[in-house]
Amino acid sequence: MIKLHDVSVSFGERTVLNSLSLDLTERRIAIIGANGSGKSTFARLLNGLALPTSGEVLVHGLNTRKKGRDVRRKVGFVFQNPDNQIVMPVVEEDLAFGMKNLGFSKDDIATKTDEVLARYNMSDLREHPAHLLSGGQKQLLAISGVLVMAPDIVVMDEPTTLLDLRNKRRIARAVAALDQMVITVTHDLDLITDYDRVIAIDEGRIFADGTPPDVIPAYEKLMS
Amino acid sequence: MLDLYTPGSSFLHRLPPAPKMLAMMLGATLLFINQSLPVTIAATLVIFALYPVAQLTLKQAFAQIRPLLIIFVLFFVVQWYFSGLELAAYVVLRLAALILLASLVTLTTRSSDMIDTMTHGLSYLKPIGVNPEKVSLAISLALRFIPVLAQITREVREAQKTRGLERSVIAVAMPMAIRAIKMADDISDAIDSRGYRS
Amino acid sequence: MDTTAPRGLATKDIVYIALFAALTAALGLMPPIHFAGAALPPISAQSLGVMLAGAVLGSKRGGLALLLFIALVAVGLPLLSGGRGGFGVLIGTSGGFLLAWPLCAYIIGYLMEKDTAASPIKTGLYVAFGGIVVMYAAGIPWMAFIGKLGLPKSLTIMVAYVPGDLVKVGLATVIARGLRRAYPNL
Repeated sequence: MIKLHDVSVSFGERTVLNSLSLDLTERRIAIIGANGSGKSTFARLLNGLALPTSGEVLVHGLNTRKKGRDVRRKVGFVFQNPDNQIVMPVVEEDLAFGMKNLGFSKDDIATKTDEVLARYNMSDLREHPAHLLSGGQKQLLAISGVLVMAPDIVVMDEPTTLLDLRNKRRIARAVAALDQMVITVTHDLDLITDYDRVIAIDEGRIFADGTPPDVIPAYEKLMS
Repeated sequence: MLDLYTPGSSFLHRLPPAPKMLAMMLGATLLFINQSLPVTIAATLVIFALYPVAQLTLKQAFAQIRPLLIIFVLFFVVQWYFSGLELAAYVVLRLAALILLASLVTLTTRSSDMIDTMTHGLSYLKPIGVNPEKVSLAISLALRFIPVLAQITREVREAQKTRGLERSVIAVAMPMAIRAIKMADDISDAIDSRGYRS
Repeated sequence: MDTTAPRGLATKDIVYIALFAALTAALGLMPPIHFAGAALPPISAQSLGVMLAGAVLGSKRGGLALLLFIALVAVGLPLLSGGRGGFGVLIGTSGGFLLAWPLCAYIIGYLMEKDTAASPIKTGLYVAFGGIVVMYAAGIPWMAFIGKLGLPKSLTIMVAYVPGDLVKVGLATVIARGLRRAYPNL
């Protein structure tokens, strides 16, 4: 679980997030908000990519400021643009990248690579150059690259924004099937209708927090 | 991976990259030291003969020299005019032999094998602060970036075409560079999120 | 700018080094620019990558970016304009110019670091020094040696390229200053 304790983030004069305190424990949590509402910064706080200007973020009790590496091992992060997340030129090399960093054995890496590729019907793409994949395949590769590291929590920053409807659904199914706790930052309200909890952020503050039927209509009203 | 390698099973293909590169460097040095035209002619013929041995065609051999043909002609004419026919032939043949020899290594060795050899060789430089793992990450990233940047260049040029700016280098290069740096910042975060220890 | 960090290269530095190596390769894909009709040889955008790497990344990272690029060419990737690559090009007539690229980027970066508040004109002079003076100082003797031409004749051949290289200096200066403004903490 993740605990935010009186967290504020500001860049120079501009306050992006304003004294948030939250306990995130549910299996499926969505963070929604308009462009510039601070939700991307919020996502980056959760694995220590961004650090709070004041207050603290604790992941399983580990402070992201002091234990950044341990936190990142527990919290996988899927970026909006898979092109900006795929590190290696070939599919299997990219899957192996994170596992190598964690010191997995060669056999372990091979087994996990097989598993994850089979899971997403991409076994025949194993030696494929990453840049020749379709947008949906790239995002699945990005998610797979995180899953093979076996994180406890997966944070996704607008994972479907750049995808067409069919691929959006493919990603939604893939996310729904995950065993992990998932925190999704998104604009895509269809993606989160069956989530356990939705937190709407507006101008750096929490505007609504509850179940999708409570929060989504209030959010839609705010946006109109 | 984009590569100039031509698949094959010849002796030269099977030779490991390190001795092959060393032999090439030795051969190139000897070509430089040698000042005799007959020896240069003989060496050129021998190198030419190695192409069929490496299951490469003579057409491929000529293709290695073709981009430099204009320079060859230029050098030949200048040398002939100032220093005589013999020196002109020596200079141009030596150049052709050097390029054919070096290309022989390139054509019979996979880039990935050469990169492995190179990063392995770098581990001997650890005492002076070279970190082979960082080098190999940089190599992989560069190979990953090249097609992405080519794609970004195409997109930016198309976008600028609608504004009639596609021939302006600045109008293309500036947005391209800004997008590229944004991508680099994200990738850097992604690498750190995936447990890389720099 | 943090290029002299004692603990070596951070992840971000490695990524930028790879990015500018790749940028130099991608610039080789742009069609050559005929800026003076048939009067002068067309210019390839590729050495713009050298100037940008030095002017944007600074000495150490800029030099390493081009060293990486040259290494990738050496192992046989066709990354030079016109799809050329391999050892052959590097020991050919223009080998001196190519092998000097890391040094050129390093020197441009070094000059920029010594004068962080340089005016556009001064920036242009620094880029021209590394990107033309240093590059020619390495490339022309090499060409003279390998073609047994002697320096004066080699110099004459290169004069035709100077106007094109001056155009690139101007472009690199404008782009580098723009990038520095957009990303002050690069």
